[in-house]
Amino acid sequence: MAVIEASELRRTYRTTTGTIRRRRVEVEAVRGISFEVAEGELFGLLGPNGAGKTTTIKMLITLLVPTSGSARVLGHDVVREAGEVRRRVGYVFGGERGVYERLSALDNLRYFAELYGVPGREQKTRIAELLDLVGLTGREKERVEGYSRGMRQRLHIARGLLHDPPVLFLDEPTIGLDPVGARELRAMIATLAESGKTILLTTHYMFEADSLCDRIAVIAKGKIVAEGTPQQLKGGVAEGWVVEIEVYGIEDVVLDRLRAVPGVRAVAVEERDQAQLVVVQTDSGQELTHALLSRMDGAAVGRVSSREPTLEDAYVALVGES
Amino acid sequence: MRALRLILTGWRFHVKSLTLSAFFLLTSAIQPILFATMAYFMFRAGSTEQSLLYVALGSGLMGIWSSTLFGSGGAISWQRWQGTLEVSIAAPAPFVLVLIPITLATATIGLYSLTATLLWGKLFFGVPFDLEHPLLFLLSIPATIVGLGMLGLVLAASFVLYRNANAMSNLLEFPVWLVTGLLVPLSLFPGWVEPISWVLAPTWGVRAIRDAALGGGDPVGAILMSLGLAVVYLGIGTVLIGYFERLARERATLSLT
Ligand SMILES: Nc1ncnc2c1ncn2[C@@H]1O[C@H](COP(=O)(O)OP(=O)(O)O)[C@@H](O)[C@H]1O
Ligand SMILES: [Mg+2]
Repeated sequence: MAVIEASELRRTYRTTTGTIRRRRVEVEAVRGISFEVAEGELFGLLGPNGAGKTTTIKMLITLLVPTSGSARVLGHDVVREAGEVRRRVGYVFGGERGVYERLSALDNLRYFAELYGVPGREQKTRIAELLDLVGLTGREKERVEGYSRGMRQRLHIARGLLHDPPVLFLDEPTIGLDPVGARELRAMIATLAESGKTILLTTHYMFEADSLCDRIAVIAKGKIVAEGTPQQLKGGVAEGWVVEIEVYGIEDVVLDRLRAVPGVRAVAVEERDQAQLVVVQTDSGQELTHALLSRMDGAAVGRVSSREPTLEDAYVALVGES
Repeated sequence: MRALRLILTGWRFHVKSLTLSAFFLLTSAIQPILFATMAYFMFRAGSTEQSLLYVALGSGLMGIWSSTLFGSGGAISWQRWQGTLEVSIAAPAPFVLVLIPITLATATIGLYSLTATLLWGKLFFGVPFDLEHPLLFLLSIPATIVGLGMLGLVLAASFVLYRNANAMSNLLEFPVWLVTGLLVPLSLFPGWVEPISWVLAPTWGVRAIRDAALGGGDPVGAILMSLGLAVVYLGIGTVLIGYFERLARERATLSLT
């Protein structure tokens, strides 16, 4: 039996915009998502900002009711059996918020231990163990206000693990961390996965999903656009070729012209210091370079190069297509 | 047992958190001075034949009510901003047991307001502090806190659902002071106000405290009424919170984004 099962999950948000003339708008954040995560698996939900990752996670941990579709965690329905689900899952999101700033890490953990139903006599050892695991031992009596981002994030993790949940949901846990902090956190996540926990991780970093996850679902605009092991996803673009063209200012019409060239799979623009880099993914050989350049009259073109595709390109192609 | 433990731990946690809030402390430090001064001048104006202590106790209770009202609502808004509202709801503990300690803590902090009003009154205006029934007075205070805290619970429930319920808090401060007889005696109001006052815990809280301090009346009855209402509020609060929590999950109002 799968530990996490999502079936045709959808979620729309109703909001209003405009101050004077208020209009109702509906945002379709998640548009029919299905996937399964097996026991002990580290499953990655990879997608750009606004793709619907957080919304999906919040439905799975009972914070949001799906507009339609259903989901189960360890066999318990996330809407009808919210209490059962809450007992069995841990939830950690990235960023600064989610703990009581004015109090110490120890105060926070004691309070949440009570909320998460950790039996009184086990609390002390459990909290000490977790402080040790996340490397906060010795700093636990300081107020969280004075913590660095990395320390806060590790406190979050300790909080999420208090009740030793078999299933963990990590929503962009490395966001805002410096490279060293992020690497330490990834190592910690890998350790947790090895210890047998089922983990659903969201990220918008390709390499993070690649290095950590057993399986990845790429999500864009509320839909899953590809799913598989990192190897399988790379395979999807292996035979292609990437042309990179440096330009100084480029208009959307030109990009559209490039997209229309036969054999072009995806076109993306990356901002560089002074210039932009137009990354064109093609089906095959280098011979397209000429055809591409001929459609770019008017643009100031700099260096042109070509290379083999990486997993990053696979991701950009998938997200760009949707 | 677990529930009691959770309430106690949560109460300690939130009292600590509130006393570390500079803004909250500043308000609680300044308000009593305003209230005590107001009480004194009202007394001087001679609108009442009551004693100075009677008036001072009423204004002290106004402070407890303000603290509960703004504290309970504010605590929810603050937690939503801080991201801890979602974390608390995602926890397996029933959400009402998460909220009870918060509203009790804000009512408890209001106690400071009562103490400060009495102290200020004694130091600057010579308000005497002689208690008729010291033991009952000591009992009347926790009974009042519990009554107000549970009324705060009912209010806090609506803050879970409505992201801008603050406007409502502002509307509820002054009328409740009036209708519960904290500011001026209830006898000054038309008859239809009285039944409203009966269902509001501050009415019985201030009666219990005043009667215990000054003698007369029925302090024991008022204490029991305050506690009885607390039970009723708890029931209403529990139902509302269960309902509003579900609605908040549908309408996505648990977080800011
Ligand atoms: N509470 C909300 N109200 C309205 N729109 C929202 C709300 N939360 C998210 N959205 C919108 O839903 C979409 C998906 O958001 P989200 O799930 O947070 O994406 P991700 O986590 O992948 O960045 C975005 O367009 C976002 O603006
Ligand atoms: Mg997100």
